[in-house]
Amino acid sequence: MTELLQLEMNHIPKLPRHAKLRYDEARKIWIINAPERVFELDDIASEIIQMVNGEDSVENIVDELCKKFEGAPKEIIAKDTLSMLQSLADKGFIVI
Amino acid sequence: MSEIDTEKNELNSENTSIPVKEKLQIPYAVLCELTHRCPLSCPYCSNPVELEMKSREIDTETWKRALSEAVKIGILQAHFSGGEPTARKDLEEMVQHASSIGLYTNLITSGVLIKEERLKKLYDAGLDHVQVSIQDTDPENSNKIAGYKGHEKKLHTCGLIRKVGLPLTVNAVMHRQNLHNLKEMIDLAVKLDAERLEVAQVQYYGWALKNQTAFLPTKEQLDKATEIVEEARIKLKGILAIDYVVPDYYAKRPKSCMGGWGRQFLNITPAGKVLPCHAAESLDFLKFDNIKDKPLSWIWENSEAFNRFRGTSWMPEPCRSCDRKEIDWGGCRCQAFALTGKEDATDPTCEFSPYRKVLDEPLSKVGQKDIPEFIYRKIEVKKRTIGIGHNSKKA
Repeated sequence: MTELLQLEMNHIPKLPRHAKLRYDEARKIWIINAPERVFELDDIASEIIQMVNGEDSVENIVDELCKKFEGAPKEIIAKDTLSMLQSLADKGFIVI
Repeated sequence: MSEIDTEKNELNSENTSIPVKEKLQIPYAVLCELTHRCPLSCPYCSNPVELEMKSREIDTETWKRALSEAVKIGILQAHFSGGEPTARKDLEEMVQHASSIGLYTNLITSGVLIKEERLKKLYDAGLDHVQVSIQDTDPENSNKIAGYKGHEKKLHTCGLIRKVGLPLTVNAVMHRQNLHNLKEMIDLAVKLDAERLEVAQVQYYGWALKNQTAFLPTKEQLDKATEIVEEARIKLKGILAIDYVVPDYYAKRPKSCMGGWGRQFLNITPAGKVLPCHAAESLDFLKFDNIKDKPLSWIWENSEAFNRFRGTSWMPEPCRSCDRKEIDWGGCRCQAFALTGKEDATDPTCEFSPYRKVLDEPLSKVGQKDIPEFIYRKIEVKKRTIGIGHNSKKA
């Protein structure tokens, strides 16, 4: 890490090599394995993270989530998505 | 989203509710102590006072089987440690195996034995993360604490780790004789392009207890250190993550050691013994099972050592009626026993512990002028002493 990342809608987020997303069969949840850390993801966080692929921008991810969760206002989904990804970016577990 | 520390196993939940289930938990991590051999002889080493010889080390196949069994009981991460884990030639094979069965792999090393080529092999084997211990920023003092002239090599290794593309954590054990360099340690971690800095404190059992007076910092040193860390955390947000825990002796309540006994973590010794904590062998009244004899799932559920302090039913008063009993789970059992000689003593760290004076007494002597010589870690066989660091003769 060399500088603080402030995520924006046009950024294309990805997980760095040392943060690994996987489904944990034992606990029946999605988790991110990171150096000496495990992030246990709730339903919303796992929906968001599963769309982080290093190709789609935050904007695209939000659009996809809007389609999936019809009726939820886009601005709320955008706000939740950005703040969830930013909390991981602050710890270096989301990069662009 | 909740965040679990898989080395110290502290739950840093953003949701403040604490799980209250008494049922068997699914462990998160296994610490694989591949060997007790190490060129360093740090006087605060977390290895037991009775070190295992090479001839007693379990073989590659046994380790691989243990790792496979760890995955079956829900373990997510494997920490390869020692001693010095790179002293084992089969490290790559074990990392490869762990990685192939989905474990997140972490190497905890002194960095003095490893070359670029081997780091590349480990990277290719799927290694996810490396931690390098640095004893001080002052090379001379760093070498003195380690009992080995390895400081420059350590810095070089950190560079190589980043060069091959592995993330780096710097482990810095801080104490009376190096806390004045904490600011420099933070700067060094940034300069080495580390992601994380672990500012660890000496825990007083085993080797460290022999050297307590040499290591125990003053209250002023600690307050200053806390201030430095708080400032750096703000300044370096997103650049360097700093883990920092105030040492027990100056705390009023115990920490949740290992996230609770037998709840989140297990440790396998070089000889294959399965422990609830890397220091548990200091509890000489416990019987430990061996991975050579029993499957890991059986041990996790049934081992006498795991069940002795699991949950809260073992607790005496004042713990039993304490509203924090499922927060700290009774604190550090190893330190409590080492300091009191009582199996289920309330952790002396706690202000309500009847044994609090065993901490207050050494604290009252802190800062005395004469700093005793280190008693270095060494392997003792019967009455003979085998030196394993260049300085070990001094021990």
